[in-house]
Amino acid sequence: MNPARLWGGRIDMPGMTMAEKILARASRTASARPGQIVDGYVDLLYMHEMLALAIKPFEEIGVKKVWDPAKCVVTLDHWVPPPNEQIARMHQAIREFCWAQGIERFHDVGDHGIVHQLVVERGYVHPGELVIGCDSHTNMAGALGAFAAGIGATETAAVMATGKLWLKVPETLDVRVHGKLAKRTGAKDVILKVIQTTGDDGAAYKSVEFHGDTIKAFPMNERFTLSNMTTEMGAKAGMVPSDESTKNYLEAAGAKDAYRPLDSDSDAGYVKVYDIDVNGMGPQVACPNNPANVKPIEDVAGTKIDMAFLGSCTNARIEDLRAAAEILKGEKVAPHVRLIVTPASQAIYRQAVKEGLAQIFLEAGATFTSSTCGPCFGGHMGVLAPKEVCISSTNRNYPGRMGSPEAQVYLGSPYTVAASALHGVLTDPREA
Amino acid sequence: MTVQTMLTGRVWKFGDGISTDHIIAGRYLGSSDPQVLGEHAMENVDPQFAKKVKMGDIIVAATNFGCGSSREQAPIALRAAGISCVVASTFARIFYRNSINIGFPVIECPGLHEKVKEGDTIAVDLEAGHVVLPGGEKIPSQPLPPNILEILRAGGLVPKLKAELEATRV
Repeated sequence: MNPARLWGGRIDMPGMTMAEKILARASRTASARPGQIVDGYVDLLYMHEMLALAIKPFEEIGVKKVWDPAKCVVTLDHWVPPPNEQIARMHQAIREFCWAQGIERFHDVGDHGIVHQLVVERGYVHPGELVIGCDSHTNMAGALGAFAAGIGATETAAVMATGKLWLKVPETLDVRVHGKLAKRTGAKDVILKVIQTTGDDGAAYKSVEFHGDTIKAFPMNERFTLSNMTTEMGAKAGMVPSDESTKNYLEAAGAKDAYRPLDSDSDAGYVKVYDIDVNGMGPQVACPNNPANVKPIEDVAGTKIDMAFLGSCTNARIEDLRAAAEILKGEKVAPHVRLIVTPASQAIYRQAVKEGLAQIFLEAGATFTSSTCGPCFGGHMGVLAPKEVCISSTNRNYPGRMGSPEAQVYLGSPYTVAASALHGVLTDPREA
Repeated sequence: MTVQTMLTGRVWKFGDGISTDHIIAGRYLGSSDPQVLGEHAMENVDPQFAKKVKMGDIIVAATNFGCGSSREQAPIALRAAGISCVVASTFARIFYRNSINIGFPVIECPGLHEKVKEGDTIAVDLEAGHVVLPGGEKIPSQPLPPNILEILRAGGLVPKLKAELEATRV
């Protein structure tokens, strides 16, 4: 048997990509080919505040109970804790819905996290599964070898009612990344380079797979950052083959038995292959106002900033906080800069306190907040005024994303955010 | 509610990469009231947009319209502002699905953007799959797959599922 056929697919059929294998399994068919429209049965449906908008359409459909509450996960992340009564009512409606429906994996304020981080760190996402989330960055869960795609509120209601959704089997782009990165350069810099190469719609309607020695060497936290920002390539899903790193991560998350190796077949068909050499590449930043407007940090170093934000599902894991703390330890952020550090989950928050990272940030003059999406989408806890300039470890910088449409947002790695906060200007972290 | 498949309206033109942050800013997402959302539609591009739009107007955009977030408030805001349909060269996938799911017509018509100017009156025929320019020229659009037309004809995904459910109960 062809050793590349790790899971799914029969030896007598042409090879399949990861997306094709997973969608074939999820739609209970032997094969799924690009362009085919399938009904995919969902292994995991995860939701945040958008659930509040899905309750009414769910009730209108006329179904009384969620198809399978054990396959649902709900947390609160966009506005935590609620900044006003309107949001408090929204949270209240969600809480009551979860209780009434018997959704046991409801993670309320205090036990919460940004949903994409929460579902991976608790071991809810497994290789080979069809994972649907009501948020565009659901792609992140694809780093564990799942097909993970985002939907909106009405469709969330439909999945809650039926347990399935229609999907057009996507074509797949193969992104092969090779080489050893420079010091203080990581997955964020790589994915920005990839987005620059493909454009912010280069993977529209498509699945993206990552291969190559650089990817293989990335631990899971880095792989999450890669898959997360395939959303900014327009991708439907962004996947990393599951291997030993995946296995170790799942084991630590309490989902050891869910591990299975998964990769595309060696004869799978790709619509396009990118070979990207990152050998010796240093930090990259996406400049205003598009995630594909990417430059090496050297080109924009010296630009004065007002705010630095270390947060979001993209880059606020414990490893990201450690990276920033390495630069900020014993230092003070520039007097004119507000540094806001917001862990991606409460589990990370607790770990950061335990390791003394919180202390380092606080002594450096940062604001260290509980977990929320808040500033990333201009919601609360650090919104930008007109003309302000921000360096952010987040994923998007479209006009008005983080507050005023006249604010300027640069996207960079946790190292770049910390180094820039320290010096008050965009700074190459290799020189910090 | 059913969705009209022949639409005539005045054109508002936008370029490439109009994101959901352009369409409805994050600061309004606490609201699910279509009227409130409609009043702030496209505010990050043109603060006066919602005031200038007339019922039935059509947005014609270039590539990747609706990129960014999964917020369903984006198509809701456009519809509430009076927009009857968005015709773009390409759409971002979640915006596209959200629109169809709420019964808001969106159609891909590559090349139309270069052939119309703001204020033109165009006709969109969703079933036949073309757009008619003021001079009568027909520009072919990407045909809507049968499953999508079915959702639109039902008035959205909720009425479609509701009808299916009721049919199984009879």
